Amino acid sequence: MSRKKLSRREFVAATALSSAALITAPYVRGAYAAGKLSMGFWDHWVPGANSASTELVNEWAAKEKVEVQLDYITSQGNKNIVTIAAEAQAKSGHDIFQMPTWWPQANAELLEPVNDIMDPLIKLNGEVNGTVKYLGQADGKWLGVPASVGSQIKGPCSRIDLMKKYANIDVQEMYPAGSPPKADNWTLDTFLKAAEACHKAGFPFGIGLGETSDSVDTAGAIFQSFGAQLVDAKGNLTVKTDAVRQSLDYYKKLLAFLPPDVSAWDDASNNKWLVAGKGAMIMNPPSAWAVAKRDAPQVAEQCWTHGFPAGPKGRFAPYLPFFWSIWSFSKNKEAAKSLLSFLSQPASIEKMVVASGGYDLPAYEKLTTLKVWAEEGPPKGTLYHYPNPYKHQTLSIAASPAPPKVAQQIYFQATLTKMCLRYYQGEAMEKTLAWAEGECEGFMRS
Amino acid sequence: MVDVAFQPNRTAAAQSGRRRAGLRNALRRKSMSAFLMTLPLILLIAILVIYPAIYSLHLATLNKAMTKFVGFGNFEFLFKRETFWLVVKQSCIFAISAVIFKALIGFIVAHFVHNVPANKQRKWRGMLLVPWVIPPAMSTLAWLWLFDPSYSAFNYTLSFFGIGPIPWTGDAMWARFSVILVNVWYGAPFFMIMYLAALKSVPEQLYEAAAIDGANWWQRIWYVTLPMMRNIIAITTLFSLIVTFANFDIVRILTAGGPLDHTHIFATWAFRVGIEGSDIPLGASVSLFMVPILAVAAIFILRDITKRGNES
Repeated sequence: MSRKKLSRREFVAATALSSAALITAPYVRGAYAAGKLSMGFWDHWVPGANSASTELVNEWAAKEKVEVQLDYITSQGNKNIVTIAAEAQAKSGHDIFQMPTWWPQANAELLEPVNDIMDPLIKLNGEVNGTVKYLGQADGKWLGVPASVGSQIKGPCSRIDLMKKYANIDVQEMYPAGSPPKADNWTLDTFLKAAEACHKAGFPFGIGLGETSDSVDTAGAIFQSFGAQLVDAKGNLTVKTDAVRQSLDYYKKLLAFLPPDVSAWDDASNNKWLVAGKGAMIMNPPSAWAVAKRDAPQVAEQCWTHGFPAGPKGRFAPYLPFFWSIWSFSKNKEAAKSLLSFLSQPASIEKMVVASGGYDLPAYEKLTTLKVWAEEGPPKGTLYHYPNPYKHQTLSIAASPAPPKVAQQIYFQATLTKMCLRYYQGEAMEKTLAWAEGECEGFMRS
Repeated sequence: MVDVAFQPNRTAAAQSGRRRAGLRNALRRKSMSAFLMTLPLILLIAILVIYPAIYSLHLATLNKAMTKFVGFGNFEFLFKRETFWLVVKQSCIFAISAVIFKALIGFIVAHFVHNVPANKQRKWRGMLLVPWVIPPAMSTLAWLWLFDPSYSAFNYTLSFFGIGPIPWTGDAMWARFSVILVNVWYGAPFFMIMYLAALKSVPEQLYEAAAIDGANWWQRIWYVTLPMMRNIIAITTLFSLIVTFANFDIVRILTAGGPLDHTHIFATWAFRVGIEGSDIPLGASVSLFMVPILAVAAIFILRDITKRGNES
């Protein structure tokens, strides 16, 4: 039997080849060479809006060779915030979580800073508004990337016909599609007179005074229009001020012109009010109009979304952003950052906004004039002023500028709407203020 | 002289034989096999009930940021809050009145069903159990539509009689009434079925003897039925009281605690504070507040039952 002898030269060549193969093997890109990434995204109200996010994530995953797992988690029944609490406790779960308004701040210690991707994104897409900074930054650290998906302004959605007929206000003329608003006279006084006129005509404004987000957001914007804060940015109690008293007096007058059951309203009540054709105005993102388009087209074609009335201290509109945040326990932070950067490119953002029918609002200033808002209808241009393209109102959130962890309590305990209701039901002003002060003191515990 | 040569392994072998026999005997014992059979359930309860309970005790002793042990600090804080005492008051009103009405309705309906001819009883039992078998989150959604502030079906019906509109969920008193009503509707069938079972176990001879003694309907109930049902009434009441105190879904769906916090109970307020307000330690403290009170009530009720059991 012959046996081939390995020469010294052959041995050296074979060793060199196998060493090279061994060293380079991990860098050969297989199907999922860059690992796994899981994300929990908010399950969109608008049918079909999730598909744009899915397509974008899959496109990125195919390019980057990352295996992705995408879960859409509903906010119905607060499932998303319960999941956030569970993942924060377990320090395990998704790599990326789409967090609503207050949750990045509430979990600040458990989130990966994303300054390295936010700075280039701001350079690319333009500055973000103050509310995004207030909710998304802690000690100069970005806690998440502002997500266009789900972010919204809860401004007035008026009935063109009813406002013209009963309040003598042409909302289309005041907020013309394609040009800047002519809303100098659109003040809280005009708003109150319009509310009275529409109430008399049997079409009251549908503004809730319950304990859910829509009610709290409207109250927040009106309080801010008077310069009223319960707790200031430094954490001082500022309940017993003239601005707060003025806000309560204003709300007392307004409540007389609202439907009698508004104290029991939730976030669906105002939508139903508009779609049923019972009211001349609600404060909501365009989801109510979108439902009307499907269920009551004759109502939808009379809807016009526009800016908030101005108060003595300015014009404020409630803005509720979502953030894509990366948990600090994520095992693939680099891939997560790469995905968030991809999702925040102008083309990606436009794709998601279009899929949502214009519901989603990017936080960046260069992206508030996308074609979709000018084109959506009927009536055409109904959403033109929805993204605040001329920055004529300050985007804010109720309970700001209190330190976010205190503001979150004021917001979810609905302290503002409870104050209005107590005062409206006959409680003395000072008693209401003392009650609110006591509540806010409690919210400051650390 | 020794009879048997020294065998070092003999003692060990005997011991191991004894051990084997001991194990066999232990396995043969009924209590042992019962324990082994229930072991999976015990483990399940340990993982899903005992561990979370201990964990929530741990959470209740931490500060808001969950970085520091504060002992009873959260409870001290709660005791100074006006809203907390409002929640305590409401939880008691909610649980006690709901349990009283559930027991009363259950008792009355159980008697009706007991008197229905045997061949028709099954249908009635099935129909009356429907509220209890529907998941409460689903049935409460239907109630929410009936109570809807703007489109209430009840108000629509009442309007034909010139009544209303009633602010079912918008006024504090009506809102309390509404959540209690739904809880009674949901829980009464449980009482009914338990009481029906208890009624069926009362020996007929006792009623015959009472009839011979000339007892009227009320005396038969008071001196025969109620004493015979005492244990089941106590256990059902205790069980229902605990479950009603811990109720969440009905209030959460119907009123979410409003208006002005006037329908909040422990679980809904704990959720508001702990999950929505991101103050998990305080939320845990709220939910644990009733544990010692209910535990003492349970000890007394169960001790009474054991005493009566021993007497009989």
